Amino acid sequence: MKSQKMKKGKPGIRNTVSQNATGILPGKLEGRLQSVYRIVAAVMIVLMFVLLATAMLGMPEIGDKNNPDNNEVARRYIENGLDETGAVNIVSGMILDYRAFDTFGESCVLFVATICVTIMLRIDGRGGAGDDEETESSKKAFGIRESAFAKLDNRNYEPENDTILRKSALIVFPIIMVFGVYVILNGHISPGGGFSGGAILGAGFVLFLSAFGFNKTERFMNANTVRIITLVALLVYCLSKCYSFFTGANHLESGIPLGTPGAILSSGLILVLNICVGMVVACTMYSFYALVRRGRI
Amino acid sequence: MEFIRNFPFFSIMLCMFCAIICSVLRRKAAQYFTLAVLFTVMILSGALLYNTYNDGGSFVYYMGHFPAPWGNEIRGGCLEAIFALFISTVAFLSVLAGGKAIEYDIEDKKENLFFILVCLMTSSLLAMCYTNDLFTGYVFIEINTIAGCGLIMVRQLGKSIVTAVRYMVISMLGSGLFLIGVTLLYTLTGHLLMSNIQESVKELISTGDYGMQLTIVIGLMTVGLAIKAGLFPFHLWIPDAYGQSNVISSSLLSSTVSKGYIFLLIKIYFRTLGLEAIEKSGVLNVCFALGIVAMIMGSVLALNEKSFRRMIAFSSIAQIGYIFMGIGIGTKEAVTAAIFHIFAHGLTKSLLFISSSEFTEGSHSKSIDDLKSLGYKYRYSALCYSIGAFSIVGFPLLGGFISKLLLGGAAIGHGPMQWIALLALAVSTILNAVYFLRTVVYLFIPKEHLEDSNKSATLGDHDRDAEHVENNETEKSEKLLLLPGMHCPRYVIGITALVLLNFLLGLCSGPIIDIIEQGLEVFE
Repeated sequence: MKSQKMKKGKPGIRNTVSQNATGILPGKLEGRLQSVYRIVAAVMIVLMFVLLATAMLGMPEIGDKNNPDNNEVARRYIENGLDETGAVNIVSGMILDYRAFDTFGESCVLFVATICVTIMLRIDGRGGAGDDEETESSKKAFGIRESAFAKLDNRNYEPENDTILRKSALIVFPIIMVFGVYVILNGHISPGGGFSGGAILGAGFVLFLSAFGFNKTERFMNANTVRIITLVALLVYCLSKCYSFFTGANHLESGIPLGTPGAILSSGLILVLNICVGMVVACTMYSFYALVRRGRI
Repeated sequence: MEFIRNFPFFSIMLCMFCAIICSVLRRKAAQYFTLAVLFTVMILSGALLYNTYNDGGSFVYYMGHFPAPWGNEIRGGCLEAIFALFISTVAFLSVLAGGKAIEYDIEDKKENLFFILVCLMTSSLLAMCYTNDLFTGYVFIEINTIAGCGLIMVRQLGKSIVTAVRYMVISMLGSGLFLIGVTLLYTLTGHLLMSNIQESVKELISTGDYGMQLTIVIGLMTVGLAIKAGLFPFHLWIPDAYGQSNVISSSLLSSTVSKGYIFLLIKIYFRTLGLEAIEKSGVLNVCFALGIVAMIMGSVLALNEKSFRRMIAFSSIAQIGYIFMGIGIGTKEAVTAAIFHIFAHGLTKSLLFISSSEFTEGSHSKSIDDLKSLGYKYRYSALCYSIGAFSIVGFPLLGGFISKLLLGGAAIGHGPMQWIALLALAVSTILNAVYFLRTVVYLFIPKEHLEDSNKSATLGDHDRDAEHVENNETEKSEKLLLLPGMHCPRYVIGITALVLLNFLLGLCSGPIIDIIEQGLEVFE
């Protein structure tokens, strides 16, 4: 089976060679065209710059109270935001309640980007199209030496048993964790929220990983936990948003209490959403780092 | 509110939900789950289409507890419904027919990731189709771009990664320009909601303020979306992206993704900015001119192409030219024709990519010369491929014929424009016929004939040819071993359904044109 697959890989590789640009023109002419192309590109860029700059000069002045964007939309956000969403932080209320669909889209951007990076960086065992010859070609494409490919799962590129790093990580790591959780939980009260808090948590995990290595980190963070946390967080996010879109569109009461503004347990779903986003972002940061380090989470 | 108005929301969210679930499923389960969800979305869109067509109106749907300028909203009408039906049908049939073939292209453990990408892409296309808000449109453009990049890259050959990077850079340029356009428009009008923007733009035009800025906004948005759709001077990413990716990816990318951007552009032109502003800026003439050039150049490039799948990809450039030409003429008939061509081309192109996958061994593109007499070996695929080729060329009874007829009919009566349009249509059709019928003829060259010509060749050539034939023979016998999945019932059902849909577009074009016209009427 394996040999058959290797033969099957051939046409693909043969195919990759013969696709360079035009190929019709002789070399000299092509070189000249290249320089013409560069000049034209530079002129285009300058033209584009001038055009956009003139357009900007004629735009409504920033901060003018008669500007078209200073209209009923912004007014309602500022005046009624607190009553309608229960979030002291108007920005949180805006992105997670008023325009929650856009934000849901944005978190899907993050999700799909994670998936793409995973496809690219995760090294799975043999099987499928990942047969020897094709990985060979991708190795060549990236100029990765075989030894580097084989030994990704080690600490060749990192300082080993670095005392300074370990001691300081021991002190800093708990503080980072607490701060990250604080930023996430207070997203609707003060500046911050799921994205920023999750990034802080993720940075904490990355620090822990580089100080203590994979063996110790895997006690609390491994492929399985990452997968489960991501799945649960995204599902809760998706389902709670579905619930609020559905009730909103059908003019039903959502039945979720908004609480006292300013308390941690307030502003309805925003807190839940912030926690979900924070967990997803933290796991994403950690898994990117792990993928780059050794090709699997 | 009627329950059926929830359907757009259901279809978007179902796809998202499916994507999330797929991240923990195994390969087979992920594939079947995706198929089930896409089928459900198809049914939902069909029901919505039936309902909105009988209703004759359109509706808006709050995404959340707040009305439109504050919250998000989506909009459904029969044009949106039929476009969603088209997207989900193509996606469902592509996954159904190509599901076996991709097993050879994707690593086992990454197959579920591939289906996540398929689901997210479908949901973003649906959201782009239903959206009533420019910024929501932008967010889902982003998802679409990254998912498209992943779809190309999933083969993980060096070349496909290079292609994916190129696709990403060019597409990001497109979305960047679009985003600048949205920002400028927001500063000028103070709104992101399409219907509010239209009012403000009307006001701006009547007072005559910010004329130049409006033109720049229109230009930025048009160029941004044209880059992503692959209109002629921005087409450089197309041949590799379609030719290098696996069966499902190339079928989805060519027939739905680029069409989603065009649909959004139509929505921006006729719903957001209004015909008055568009006509004043003269952008329609640019669309028309670029469309004409694309029609000719795409066909010429395809004619010169040696590699089979890249040839099909180049023909997409020409077909996108047809659509932009229709938009560029700007009348209601012409836009109807352009939208009809979106459907006709989408269904045909996915048919071509999928049915040709059998004789090109999945995604490994072959030179056109290697196709000779393969039609006897893979009879059914070759037959379906030929029907697709006939449809693109514009044979009667098939979808391509009707759309060319409509485009030609819409062009008549527009002064000098009509002669250019008709001439370009004629030239492009002839070129189409030359390069597509050439492949059909190659496929059905009788085997004996091929051997005879080999024998009569000169001695020097003889050795090479003999070797060639021998290679072909061994390759062919291997292929039967290699691709056992190609003859499975789901593949046959998938391509048969695509062929039938092509005939449906050709034979029952009346109701479809009715739906499009009615949808355009309630658009404004």
